[in-house]
Amino acid sequence: MPYEAWKDNEYIESLVKELQESGANVLVGSLDKLINWGRSNSIWPLTFATSCCGIEFVSLGAARFDMARFGWEVARSSPRQADFIMVAGTIVNRMAPVLRRLYDQLAEPKYVISCGSCAISGGPFRKSYHVARGIEDIVPVDVYVPGCPPRPEAMIYGIMQLSRKIKVERFFGGVNRQESRKKYLEEHPVENTGK
Amino acid sequence: MDNYTIDNFHTFSAWFDNLLNNCMPSWLATTVECVLVGVGLLLVYSVLALFYILYERKICAYFQCRLGPNRVGPWGLLQSVADMFKILIKELISLNHIDKFLFALAPYLVIIASMLAFAVLPWGNGLQIIDFNIGIFFLIACSSIGVLGILLAGWSSNNKFTLIGALRSGAQMVSYELSVGLSILTMVAFAGTMDVVKIVEAQADHWFIFSAHIPAVIAFIIYMIAGTAETNRGPFDLPEAESELTAGYHTEYSGIHFGFFYLAEYLNLFIVASVATLMFFGGWMPFRVAGWDGFNEIMGYIPSVVWFLLKAFVLSFVIIWFKWTYPRLRIDQLLALEWKYLLPINLFNLALMVVVIWQGWYFGTF
Amino acid sequence: MRRLPQRGHPDSPLDFFPPITIRQGATAHHDNVEKKKKTTDMAELQDKISKSFPEATFENGEILLINIADAKLHDLIKTLRDEHGFDYLVTIVGMDWTDSLGCVYYLTSTATKQFVSVKTSTTDRDNPMLHSIADLYRIAGIFEREVYDFFGIVFIGNPDMRRLFLNIDWVGYPLRKDYDANPELNPVSVENERQSDVTNTWVELPDGKVEKKEVPVFSDDDFVVNIGPQHPATHGVLRFRTSIDSETIKKIDVYMGYIHRGVEKLCEDLTYMQTLHYMDRLDYFSAHNYHHGLCLCIEKAAGIEVPERARVIRVLMDELSRIASHCLFIGTFCMDLGATTMLFYTLRVREQILDIMEKTCGARMTFNYDCIGGVMADLHPDFVKDVKELLAVIPKNVKEYNKIFTGNVIAKNRMEGVGVLSREDAISYSITGASGRASGWACDVRKTHPYSGYDKLDFEQVVRTEGDSMARFKNRMDEILQSAHIIEQLIDNIPEGEWLAKVPKVLKLPVGHWFQVVEGCRGLFGVYIESDGGNKPYRLKLVTPSLTAAAVVDHITRGQKIADLITIGGSLDYIVPDMDR
Repeated sequence: MPYEAWKDNEYIESLVKELQESGANVLVGSLDKLINWGRSNSIWPLTFATSCCGIEFVSLGAARFDMARFGWEVARSSPRQADFIMVAGTIVNRMAPVLRRLYDQLAEPKYVISCGSCAISGGPFRKSYHVARGIEDIVPVDVYVPGCPPRPEAMIYGIMQLSRKIKVERFFGGVNRQESRKKYLEEHPVENTGK
Repeated sequence: MDNYTIDNFHTFSAWFDNLLNNCMPSWLATTVECVLVGVGLLLVYSVLALFYILYERKICAYFQCRLGPNRVGPWGLLQSVADMFKILIKELISLNHIDKFLFALAPYLVIIASMLAFAVLPWGNGLQIIDFNIGIFFLIACSSIGVLGILLAGWSSNNKFTLIGALRSGAQMVSYELSVGLSILTMVAFAGTMDVVKIVEAQADHWFIFSAHIPAVIAFIIYMIAGTAETNRGPFDLPEAESELTAGYHTEYSGIHFGFFYLAEYLNLFIVASVATLMFFGGWMPFRVAGWDGFNEIMGYIPSVVWFLLKAFVLSFVIIWFKWTYPRLRIDQLLALEWKYLLPINLFNLALMVVVIWQGWYFGTF
Repeated sequence: MRRLPQRGHPDSPLDFFPPITIRQGATAHHDNVEKKKKTTDMAELQDKISKSFPEATFENGEILLINIADAKLHDLIKTLRDEHGFDYLVTIVGMDWTDSLGCVYYLTSTATKQFVSVKTSTTDRDNPMLHSIADLYRIAGIFEREVYDFFGIVFIGNPDMRRLFLNIDWVGYPLRKDYDANPELNPVSVENERQSDVTNTWVELPDGKVEKKEVPVFSDDDFVVNIGPQHPATHGVLRFRTSIDSETIKKIDVYMGYIHRGVEKLCEDLTYMQTLHYMDRLDYFSAHNYHHGLCLCIEKAAGIEVPERARVIRVLMDELSRIASHCLFIGTFCMDLGATTMLFYTLRVREQILDIMEKTCGARMTFNYDCIGGVMADLHPDFVKDVKELLAVIPKNVKEYNKIFTGNVIAKNRMEGVGVLSREDAISYSITGASGRASGWACDVRKTHPYSGYDKLDFEQVVRTEGDSMARFKNRMDEILQSAHIIEQLIDNIPEGEWLAKVPKVLKLPVGHWFQVVEGCRGLFGVYIESDGGNKPYRLKLVTPSLTAAAVVDHITRGQKIADLITIGGSLDYIVPDMDR
């Protein structure tokens, strides 16, 4: 896909700029590149779906859309082994702690894609008494994929955007994303993790 | 040594050994050789594992009318390399309330078990790490260490799913070990030796599956079933049954620890396939027909390593084919299959083989 | 082999609905006879009931409604069940009439297919109590828990009065009209939910006093494994607390509500037109069928006549989505059993159907196509051609699926005799759809209460008597062929004309209540609308098949292996958002 065809290029560019300002060692920089190449090309999803969007995620894995082409088909059922959660579907009050727990169980580096209008804002159920109005208050989100449900093509685009975002990350030294996440987690603490 | 194929590693290793011994004391020469072999082994091990992961993903995609990985590198060849980089630097989560020592030990046990088995595999004409008279026995013995690792992993994770997975795996592997052992014993009885090199040499003119005909075919089928169960692959993947136990015994493992389990699974697949190659399809021995010298010579132009790997890959393809075709068995059905069907058939087959040997109803001479 | 229904068998569809090939406008006479028979039946029933329950009052509508005081409720329903054959509890509709709280029970007879409803209420808003009928119908326990969760009505004698969908510390009862929806009362929290290990029971003592009792769910030495809510086997976010003895399941405690979105409450704030779009998001595979059901109910209430063309289009879409849904069922079920490859084969047909739908409706999943008075848009010009192409491949595909999976010895061992549900239990648990029909209960709404011209179509109700997972699986496989057969009859006979009737811009329903059932892809889907004369429903209750399917899991998994839980859960084919609503 040509660079101009992507949306949100400014965001990626601002990330790159931020990183370059902190400066980079040649050796470390090229190591970073190698690592990011590996990371960005191997993002394994967690098997997680609550509603309609989950079915489109199944379609994404099927023959027509075939996410295996990008190497995303290794859906892990255990959060310890997955790289990102595709929050596909509505998150309700009762599910929110479970989602947060799954996020906490993911091993670093971990990412979240908020998929579908329900996960983004509550969607058609926004006015309901038992629906979280967007998942940003529960977990930090990397990519939003709008739609109700988003078409599989949109999901592919979303995951590719995530892949682009991972590519400009920094493993050694620069830590734009980790910093912001640390801040996020401090702002949204889990008060009681016991049973 | 006979020159069955154009590559003959006997001469190479003898020359190399001489070279080292001439320029340094013998203890140092042995050490250098050990280190070189060890490094080579690790290299082959990881490359093979990466290849197998891609191999399975491509085959599975082919069965499912998909394309499979094709974006990373040419034809997706670098997909599993990318996965390896990712998994190497993935966080190792430290858990509370677990047996930390056993938890960390388990993946190494699993991977060491499969690596040890590599020691006696005859990769090619003269290409093998050690050649000793109980090679097959050693192979079976060290491949059973793996179950210890799995049991430890399940137990030490302090998780109910992993525990169930580990117990299932224990029951399954101990049972199927029996069938693997017996079907190999049948062939050992036929070959009259446990020495890997001699077994391969004995198949110079007829592979065992042809020369020992009916009992060998029965033993082969049983070996393939039991071998699939040994490697915890579908349709016998109960210990890590995804739809029942999330990820089975390795649910709590992350990062490279999980990577070890992942690699070991594929390497065990290779080991099972290569033992089948060794016992039934002549190991690295090319396809030769006694008397057809011209034909034999042409076949000999294909290097022995290629023969060995090719046969192993084809047999692995069959095992992968099982996985992507059949649904999973239930634990009681799994054990019933072993104890009620495979084991009696196996014992009967062993007796049949003895009769065949006793009466001389086989092809070829020993 | 599939057992063909025999004539003379109480459930035989052949007795009630002799196959009639399509002919339009010829059934007016037939309809009149039916209607007359219905009214005489209802009058007869009313006579009998009023003799034994003189205090009962009656409302004659489309369905007879019996008003009864709480004290006599249990006796009345017992009489209805035992003496008049009303053995199938369709639903319990909780109601808040602001001055009183109450319930409407919808009962059907599996023999005569007749409906009757019973209404009871209590004026005590602070501590409302009614008597439970959980001992009469096994599903009533779950229905009553739902009513308790939404309205706070305690059912005396129900063994398990925990909240069903909401957390135990939830403040207020959301479907009451005076519910305080302030999000600060019930914030979205990331703290782990509290859970209680005891069930609450209210028992009536001999002296008339009611006492609260607590019964532990599991005993202390049970090994309890928590399966879900995030688990690949649960098809969404359902949670089973499973007590196991090595590999054998001793008891399952089902937790729902992880995707409870409060659709019924949301609908009360929307106009009738607006409520429709939620139907797409309940059981997202039966989007058309659910739309169809709600539209029929509203049209019935408003007296809107749907054009013939729209009616046929609706049936076509229903059957197409049934095929797509069953295809996905087969795929995911096989995947649960470990045969992943099947999923990819079945999804091919589904994609083909989605293409057809997309051309006409403009979406892949949430179509929002049926609307009040007809359908949103006319069929795409390619529709007939595409459907014919689809019909050509379906038999081939079904044959392929059978070859790959059904005949496989491992698949047979995994499914045959696993999770056997008897006919009595299926009725008592209200298991409808293909699962109910696998237990020998002919419960296809298209046959029992035909709508939209299904009575003029020639198709068979697939019934099996084994009641195991294999029967449930095969039933769905056969239903694909039956649906294809229905489409075959209609595809060349789509009448020309309007596809949307004239509907007033502001649609107001008269005061009253209506109930409509249709056959969703997973079973009976019912809509209950109560109107206060405005343009919004006063109460809109959705009766979904998945709730009952999840409720029966505990009953049929006891004594089976853990792996069988996956088989059973898969074969019951529940959709979690459909269950939680």
